[in-house]
Amino acid sequence: MFEHLKFRDPVLAKRIVEKIREVAPKSDVVKICHVCGTHEWTITHFGLRSLLPSNVEVIAGPGCPVCVTPASEIDEAVQLAQKGVAVTCFGDVLRVPSSEKSLLDAKAEGADIRVVYSVSDAVKMAEKEPAKEFAFFAIGFETTAPSTAIEVLKKPPKNLSFLVSHRLIPPAMELLLGIGDLHIDGFIAPGHVSTVIGLKAYEIFPKAYRMPTVVAGFEPLDVLFAVYMILKQLKEGVARLENEYVRAVNWEGNIKAQEVMQQAFEVVDGEWRGLGRLPSSAFKLKTQYVNFDACEKFGVHVKHGRDLLPGCQCHLVMIGKIKPTECPLFMKACTPQKPKGACMVSIEGTCRIWAKEAK
Amino acid sequence: MMAMCLAIPAKVMKVQDGKAQVDFGEGVLREVDVTLVNVKVGDYILVHAGYAIQVLSREEAEETLRLWSEILEAENQLKTK
Ligand code: SF4
Repeated sequence: MFEHLKFRDPVLAKRIVEKIREVAPKSDVVKICHVCGTHEWTITHFGLRSLLPSNVEVIAGPGCPVCVTPASEIDEAVQLAQKGVAVTCFGDVLRVPSSEKSLLDAKAEGADIRVVYSVSDAVKMAEKEPAKEFAFFAIGFETTAPSTAIEVLKKPPKNLSFLVSHRLIPPAMELLLGIGDLHIDGFIAPGHVSTVIGLKAYEIFPKAYRMPTVVAGFEPLDVLFAVYMILKQLKEGVARLENEYVRAVNWEGNIKAQEVMQQAFEVVDGEWRGLGRLPSSAFKLKTQYVNFDACEKFGVHVKHGRDLLPGCQCHLVMIGKIKPTECPLFMKACTPQKPKGACMVSIEGTCRIWAKEAK
Repeated sequence: MMAMCLAIPAKVMKVQDGKAQVDFGEGVLREVDVTLVNVKVGDYILVHAGYAIQVLSREEAEETLRLWSEILEAENQLKTK
């Protein structure tokens, strides 16, 4: 498929690395932050960090949707299941620790929890068993939220409701800029979220924060080019919004997807695991769809959950403040087989990616 | 297992009533929802959790590669001057 045609060409890669070395500052440290689990996978799997000059750091921000889902919302899903509702969810969320038990623990105790690949699977299940109550645990960023919105607007079966836990990426990027000692010099913006929200959603970063921002794809060359484009802006002393991923991302994004999200959801403040409450960073069903709100329907409300088990540093890993290897539990008390934190559970969590992919 | 922020390219083989049969390169047809995009047979789309979120542009893909080569060429030429 053309996606892969030459986007991994080793000759091009070698040359772009040479260009990076040319434009990078000689000694000043440059910190480039991405906010996407798939970018972290590409960077770690292909060992891209080792190709960069030692003063050019690439750090991972809160780009793993499963990791940022707060314990309180997983607690709500567990409670729904304990009330006899069949909870449908993405597989990655099963083992995420919450305040008391994970969804997998609840399932082992007999709760009806079913893994689905897509919200449409949940719709089909509910249609097939009309006498049973179903809830779909809708996590994910702007890439996933449109699919939930479509099904809400399509008038889902009466016995299906939604636990909407969608989160928005630009507010998380703003949070990072507010953390004084993080000192980010540029953003690599997430390609697939951007296919939906468009380049326009990042305009504020160069404008209001003077932050070079480049939307990038997921092949190794995409990421290397994005690093190069940011370094070049820094060298020129400018801050622009640039698009490296033109084959999938445009200025406006997917207007239809934006419309369905606007119709189904309102933007509210949202809790992020270990990071606290971020303003205007989450979706909630609009009041006209309150009948489909699982928590309202079954009277389940958890205000606070326990986001971090003792010793887990996920809240620092998720903002790129520390590397997984700086967590004392990494690959000791916390492994992909026996994860202590969400960042080790999800295939997009930085700890898990480092555990599995780092060479 | 699916990565939550990953979307996977697929080729559209058949379109009907907001659904399409697509090939992820495995030679097997799978059904995805295409309500959010305008597609025709032969297009490449990005699919996330069973829903197409964008149509991929082959021209833009080729253009990217051309641009990359150009940036590298042009700057190499400048250097050797
Ligand atoms: S290694 Fe485990 S305990 Fe440490 S931050 Fe990562 S997930 Fe948490």
